[in-house]
Amino acid sequence: MADFLFEIGLEEVPARMIASAEAELTKRVNDLLGRERLLEEGSSVTSYSTPRRLAVVVSGVLRQQPDAVEELLGPSLKVAFKDGQPTAAAEAFAKKAGVSVTDLSTVTNAKGEYLGATVKRAGKSASDVIAAELPKEIAGIYWAKNMFWRAGKPERFVRPVKWMVALLDEAVVPVEFAGVTAGNTTRGHRILHGSGTITIAKPVEYVAALEKAFVIADVAVRRQKIRKDLDKVTRTVAGARWREDEELVETVTHLTEWPYVILGGFEQEYLELPEEVLVTVMRDHQKYFAVEDAGHKLAAHFLAVLNIEPDAEGLEIIRTGNERVLRARFNDARFFWEFDQKTPLVDRVESLKNVTFQKELGSYFAKAERVRKVASSLARLSDERKTAVDAAALEEAATIAKTDLTSELVKEFTELQGIVGGLYARAQGLSETVALAVYDQYLPASMEDAIPRTVEGLLLSIADKADTIGGMFGLGLEPTGSKDPFGLRRAANGIVKMLAEAKLPVLLSEIAGLGSEHAATATKVEGFFAERVEFYLKDVKGYAYDVVKAVLAAGADDVPDAVARAQAVTDVRGSEDFAAVSAAFKRMRNILTQAREKGEAAAWTPDFLVEPAERTLAEESGRLAAWVEGQRREKHYVEALQSIATLRPHVDDFFEKVMVMAPEEKLRAARLGLLNRVLQDFSRVADFSEIVVSS
Amino acid sequence: MPFVANGKEALTFQELLFRLQSFWAERGCVLQQPYDVEVGAGTMSPDTFLRVLGPKPVRIAYAQPSRRPADGRYGENPNRLYKHTQFQVILKPPPADVQEVYLDSLRAIGIDLKKHDLKFEEDNWEWPVGGAWGVGWQMMLDGQEITQFTYFQQCGGMDLEPMCGEITYGLERIAQFLQGVDSIYDIVWAVEPDTGKKTTYGEIRLYEEEQLSAFSFDYADVSKLWEHLNAYEAECLALLDRAKSMDKLETEKDKRRFPVLGAYELALKCSHAFNLLDARGAISVTERVGVMARIRALVVGVAKAYAQQQELVGATVS
Repeated sequence: MADFLFEIGLEEVPARMIASAEAELTKRVNDLLGRERLLEEGSSVTSYSTPRRLAVVVSGVLRQQPDAVEELLGPSLKVAFKDGQPTAAAEAFAKKAGVSVTDLSTVTNAKGEYLGATVKRAGKSASDVIAAELPKEIAGIYWAKNMFWRAGKPERFVRPVKWMVALLDEAVVPVEFAGVTAGNTTRGHRILHGSGTITIAKPVEYVAALEKAFVIADVAVRRQKIRKDLDKVTRTVAGARWREDEELVETVTHLTEWPYVILGGFEQEYLELPEEVLVTVMRDHQKYFAVEDAGHKLAAHFLAVLNIEPDAEGLEIIRTGNERVLRARFNDARFFWEFDQKTPLVDRVESLKNVTFQKELGSYFAKAERVRKVASSLARLSDERKTAVDAAALEEAATIAKTDLTSELVKEFTELQGIVGGLYARAQGLSETVALAVYDQYLPASMEDAIPRTVEGLLLSIADKADTIGGMFGLGLEPTGSKDPFGLRRAANGIVKMLAEAKLPVLLSEIAGLGSEHAATATKVEGFFAERVEFYLKDVKGYAYDVVKAVLAAGADDVPDAVARAQAVTDVRGSEDFAAVSAAFKRMRNILTQAREKGEAAAWTPDFLVEPAERTLAEESGRLAAWVEGQRREKHYVEALQSIATLRPHVDDFFEKVMVMAPEEKLRAARLGLLNRVLQDFSRVADFSEIVVSS
Repeated sequence: MPFVANGKEALTFQELLFRLQSFWAERGCVLQQPYDVEVGAGTMSPDTFLRVLGPKPVRIAYAQPSRRPADGRYGENPNRLYKHTQFQVILKPPPADVQEVYLDSLRAIGIDLKKHDLKFEEDNWEWPVGGAWGVGWQMMLDGQEITQFTYFQQCGGMDLEPMCGEITYGLERIAQFLQGVDSIYDIVWAVEPDTGKKTTYGEIRLYEEEQLSAFSFDYADVSKLWEHLNAYEAECLALLDRAKSMDKLETEKDKRRFPVLGAYELALKCSHAFNLLDARGAISVTERVGVMARIRALVVGVAKAYAQQQELVGATVS
């Protein structure tokens, strides 16, 4: 039982690609060994990565594949022998099995008598198998962006391959890839260790050998060290905390081999700039962690994660260097901020004519006009339905929403669009309602994201997204398969999420209609919205697929209502009566479908019904329908569903005693009419025939 | 000679250039002079853009003043310039230890890498107008980007064979960094050894920043710029059209003399006119896409014509 180490050394790999590449290499190496019968029971695998390497260690590797015995089946005896003499077919089979014809056996199976042979295959050495197979696995790793570097472009990879280590215990496995042959030497930290090589005697020594050379190979250890050091360094500032940022921790973990955290500071005066701007500069542009005081207010400090442990002099040089860069960036931001104030947002509306939204859809000026109209209509609808909206503020917000696209600050920090508009609106004395609506207009950017905080912000966001979706659909630029270049699915998901979570009283059909220029487009957009409701109920809220189907069959135009119905169906679906009624409804639907296919008529003619069971069902269901409908209008869905379940005895009785497809035509039509009626009356909350009943 | 800045010895701006020039000359680079047509980056000089095409190995290095009219700030912004200086190194093909050589070049300009934080961060470069792109890094030194390192993959829409390594140093940034000054204009350009008198970057270049910013933003005649652009474009297109029958030219000499380089200069003139129009705010976003496509047609057209000429005359142009 041996350990196997494989390391591939590269020029610095993009931080964003390392984690998935490490996982993929690990899986490929482990699968390869498993497939080749080279893993012991209870073998284990660990993996490592830094910007300059990906590595896998498997313990419990067999040095040799076990021998295998294979039973081969040859031609039938009829074909194999002619007049007692072996034919060419028999000779060929013997050759394939590596024995003479006389050593072949006879196998009798269901089809007759055949030639057979027992072949022993000697297991190959692990080293041979790995050397032969591993290069294909390396070549197969997926990279979001790759390059060629060798003459003739024999391979593409994320960055040039510099070295490889492949060790089966102490023995080198001569794996070859990209012109490099694996050995037992690796490299340490570029600067702290220099360019000299490090010999790895055997796999178990890999991590320790690298650590001596200033490389922490284990990502989890590096991440932990960074977090602990961030804590430790922050503690040197009384009452301070670093602002948690998992994504940034991940990035700096994958940018360093020997991380070291330092604290820097900046002048208090910069704190007059909005936090959003300061944090964006620190985080997105400099990969610094922001520091806040006990009251969660930004402090005049930052944390940088270095890829070196400097001496005292170096530390000072590096700190001042980083501080100087940040100061210059903050100065830029402040310059932009002040410059932008010379032209208030309201004076920028006109210049939106020069900013293209989309070639065929014109400028952002035109978009703002459309969005304002959509938003006003939505505001009117909401008002009529008892949700108060400050229509004037909403209109003002819609007018200036996109003007920050013309500001220097947004040109420099595009990720701040909307936010800058909101901040400028506030700074320029517009109402808080307007400022918040503009600030929140791009929310929610994802399903995890918060929704706008005000009803005006919600309606502005919905109107903006509806206009984009309607416009793109109008041009035939709908998302297809995995392609959604304009992020329309995300926009529609956002609309559904906002309607659901803010319980807004506007319908998807209304939003689709307002956002689209033509009825045909609106219809397409409605269908698109319905898919997004399904996604929201299933993938975001986690309702069962049959519940979602049942609810959507009864309509999905009113999103908060669809959510409430899905919840109600989920609540009652466990009851025995409900399950029985669902099953009965499914049966009714099937009978009706088959009858329709045969061209049978269905008519609501209760007078023709003759059996007591069917007359009872007609009367009871009629009486109940009015009651259920009342409950439904009141949105008492659970009560409505429970009432429907009380039909069970009548339904059961009906199916037990009545033959729907009676020979007599009028009676048949009346019975089909009854079933039709029952289904229609009771499918307005959800279509129970869609519910899957476990028998 | 180094002088003392902020209590430390530091290189002057011109010594920084000397050091880089000697460093790369010692590693086999031909030192070329800056290209004398307006370009936005060292990549646009024919010494990069055209030499990377074709099979002939090249090692070349040069400083390239790079004009970006929209970045002009009338000399009032300490970190932004109408014209900055790139030091461009082309290694075709790059040596296997090119990263180590790059680190040595930093040591050569007086950077003790043990006392600084250096990171290679992913930064893929592309110049859509030139049909050129590559993968590589921005080199971050103590949080400041000082170099762009690119493995060129395509140029003029054509795969490169062999691949090229491009190292672009931002000279002003590095000088600021070495001398520890907050403003570009405070960089010491040179020191008189006998008197100790310092000449600053501002003394040499501020008036140019002021006037060329004013020209780009306030004075340049928009209708004339459009005329220039259209005229250069028409002439370039006419040449590219004639280049299509380059192979029909009678003698080797005629083929060698076909002025692909002339067409390239005209394309660069268009590109600069476009940048000026942009600075003047004369190009709406809608127009931008269209004009960029026009310039792309010229630049990519030149690259293709150049590649064709190299094939015809056996890559003798070097």
